Amino acid sequence: MSGLRILVPVKRVIDYAVKPRVNRAQTAVETASVKHSMNPFDELSIEEAVRLRERKVPVAEIVAFSAGPPKSQDILRTAMAIGADRGIHVVVEEKDPQLEPLGVAKLLKKVVESEKSDLVILGKQSIDDDAGQTGQMLAGLLNWPQATQASKVEIANNTVTVTKEVDGGVETVKAKLPMVITTDLRLNEPRYASLPNIMKAKKKKLDKKTLADYDLDAPPRLKIIKVTEPPPRKGGVKVDDVDGMISKLKELGAL
Amino acid sequence: MASATSEPHQPDAEGDLNGAPAPAKTIKFTSETYPEIKRNSKFAKLSQEHMQYFQELLGSGSAVLDGLSKDASEDIEPYNSDWMRKYRGHAKLVLKPGSTEEVSKILKYCNDNMLAVVPQGGNTGLVGGSVPVFDEIVINLQRMDKIRSFDEVSGILVADAGVILEVADNFLAEKKHIFPLDLGAKGSCQIGGNVATNAGGLRLLRYGSLHGNVLGIEAVLPDGTVVDDLLTLRKNNTGYDLKHLFIGGEGTIGIITGISILCPQRSAAVNVAYFGLESYEHAQKAFRAAKNQLSEILSAFEMMDGRTQKLLRTGAGKKLPLEGDHPFYCLIETSGSNTDHDSEKLQNFLEHVMEAEIVSDGVLAQDQTQIADLWSCREGVPEILGHWGGVYKYDLSLPIADLYDIVNDVRDRLTNAGLVGDDDSHPCIDVVGYGHMGDANLHLNIPVRRYDKEVEKQLEPFVYEWVQKKSGSISAEHGLGIAKKPYIGYSRSDTMIKLMRQIKDLYDPKGIMNPYKYI
Ligand SMILES: Cc1cc2nc3c(=O)[nH]c(=O)nc-3n(C[C@H](O)[C@H](O)[C@H](O)COP(=O)(O)OP(=O)(O)OC[C@H]3O[C@@H](n4cnc5c(N)ncnc54)[C@H](O)[C@@H]3O)c2cc1C
Repeated sequence: MSGLRILVPVKRVIDYAVKPRVNRAQTAVETASVKHSMNPFDELSIEEAVRLRERKVPVAEIVAFSAGPPKSQDILRTAMAIGADRGIHVVVEEKDPQLEPLGVAKLLKKVVESEKSDLVILGKQSIDDDAGQTGQMLAGLLNWPQATQASKVEIANNTVTVTKEVDGGVETVKAKLPMVITTDLRLNEPRYASLPNIMKAKKKKLDKKTLADYDLDAPPRLKIIKVTEPPPRKGGVKVDDVDGMISKLKELGAL
Repeated sequence: MASATSEPHQPDAEGDLNGAPAPAKTIKFTSETYPEIKRNSKFAKLSQEHMQYFQELLGSGSAVLDGLSKDASEDIEPYNSDWMRKYRGHAKLVLKPGSTEEVSKILKYCNDNMLAVVPQGGNTGLVGGSVPVFDEIVINLQRMDKIRSFDEVSGILVADAGVILEVADNFLAEKKHIFPLDLGAKGSCQIGGNVATNAGGLRLLRYGSLHGNVLGIEAVLPDGTVVDDLLTLRKNNTGYDLKHLFIGGEGTIGIITGISILCPQRSAAVNVAYFGLESYEHAQKAFRAAKNQLSEILSAFEMMDGRTQKLLRTGAGKKLPLEGDHPFYCLIETSGSNTDHDSEKLQNFLEHVMEAEIVSDGVLAQDQTQIADLWSCREGVPEILGHWGGVYKYDLSLPIADLYDIVNDVRDRLTNAGLVGDDDSHPCIDVVGYGHMGDANLHLNIPVRRYDKEVEKQLEPFVYEWVQKKSGSISAEHGLGIAKKPYIGYSRSDTMIKLMRQIKDLYDPKGIMNPYKYI
């Protein structure tokens, strides 16, 4: 088989460890001066692509792709520091209509076609919207086989074997390339971006594009009515001793 | 933002960190380890009558752990033994007052009746100051845990002494502020304990010492007097600034019940990088480059030798961020208000230290989880060193150029004495160094399989004499407690010690406050 052309889409999201807050107008989550990082599932995707190459699976090229605000460049540089060969950035300004999963899938289809990718590795979801749809829709649009929630990926002679965790065990699926894979948490442990690689990444190619370059018109189909925080947890009470606890439980009708 | 997520755990009987801590009963009593320290017979012994007073004052609930009328040793043991499992007292009574007034009544009664006491916070102190030696009454502040006020304009926090440091910092984080102190024990230690030990920690390089940040103190003297100096002023030149006696006073002249402290704005942009370096000289060069190029955004510069990192891997099974072994490691943190500005500076700095071959390898955290993980390579060190049974700890201020020499000298000395080795016949696992390099503060640690007189003879007074020759301090941030009391003379003159004794005698004339310790 000739070398794989892997496409890894990555998304810039509010850092996993930061507690998001809803804006005053209840229309969205507050993003200004909040720490952003790469969607953790996408870190797994990029790591897996790099590991495939390290495992001597013939890989011709790993392309990292992101659609998002100008700052998405930072996470593309991170992806390149981890091992992607180059990056493509479709700039979608924050003030412009945002892409929905179907829009992203349509865009990715065009990227796959222009880059002649034969393997797309995506996160199973992004932690901001938690839609968990993009990979599946992309596979549908491309009419490619898909394996979701991968916890292990093996490739030999055009055949991809993916292990996925399901309730009470694992499921193993097999398909021929080209293919779409979505990643799950147990797939790997992403490495750190090392300083020499961060330096190298600065010199790698990063193409800046617009939606128009891909001839894509994907207006939002959904309307956000309201964003609210989960109801606050009711405070607990402290009791002094076992007797205190028993009488409190009785008081609450739990005993 | 330093953030070790896990609490320090103590090793259990097998030295296994996952199980429950070793039963406190396996720890040797301080009075047996140091038979030369004798109980002072001027102190009264606890009687039923005393007990009755305390019960009437605090009620019979959990505020009084009474080991006199019944066997409460299980309940009391955790208050009797210290974090290092090195010191253990014989207290029969633990009191947990809930207000300044209760503290005042307790102390007045103890003073009138010649009952010795030990103030206790989170009991994470590292010099044996927080636990009794004999039957001193433990006065633990954990029930005084209220935040009293916070002013979002000035950033001044007023809170009870028993508030846990991490709780205070989380409260401030909600208000976009930060506690000016951070350390590995933050999940257990109390802000009153931090002030009483004048703790230094991980943010001192940026925010300075508690002597600068603490603006006011409320404390109770042994005679019950409430020192009501809980001011919230940055400037106040009206007489002797007595609060400073309580900062680092280690509970020897009174009990701190409340503090007011100036808290800086929390930085929106925080970055952490971790390097491997060839030698200590390289670490110094990296520090100079960091000061030069990162200047006002540099918020921490920590050094760990390769041995500490190796022990993290072998002892705790931690996966280290860098491949391969390096003789030294540094962790730097930057904090600022503008991500782009900081990133640009940091990129230039990183490029410089790589290109000039000051650092051999390094990583830069890409997200908050990685920031926490890199910090755990530093913050996890004290914990892992206790993994094999015990650890001799020296917390030293030294001229930065000589900082690491003492580690090498001590390692040579113990090795030549045949005390360091891989198997059970050698008491010492290794001799390691790490610390707040940005503050010229070294932690010289000797992790051991057991505490051993032979090792102690090799270490002391050798270490103290070494430090004295360099005009350093034998206790940079952990204080004196019982561990360093005999050695204060290596860092302070006779005149200074005499002046200190006068203060002690003035505020605690009967000597009931934390006896057998400090000076
Ligand atoms: C894992 C770990 C990491 C640490 N890292 C650092 C570090 O980086 N920098 C540093 O400086 N220290 C460090 N320490 C030691 C540090 O001194 C303590 O963790 C902390 O400051 C003590 O607070 P505490 O509430 O636990 O006090 P305790 O241990 O309970 O008490 C310490 C001393 O203060 C007295 N005291 C306590 N509360 C009061 C009060 N309210 N009024 C009067 N006296 C009181 C006690 O009598 C005792 O003498 C570390 C300790 C651990 C276990």
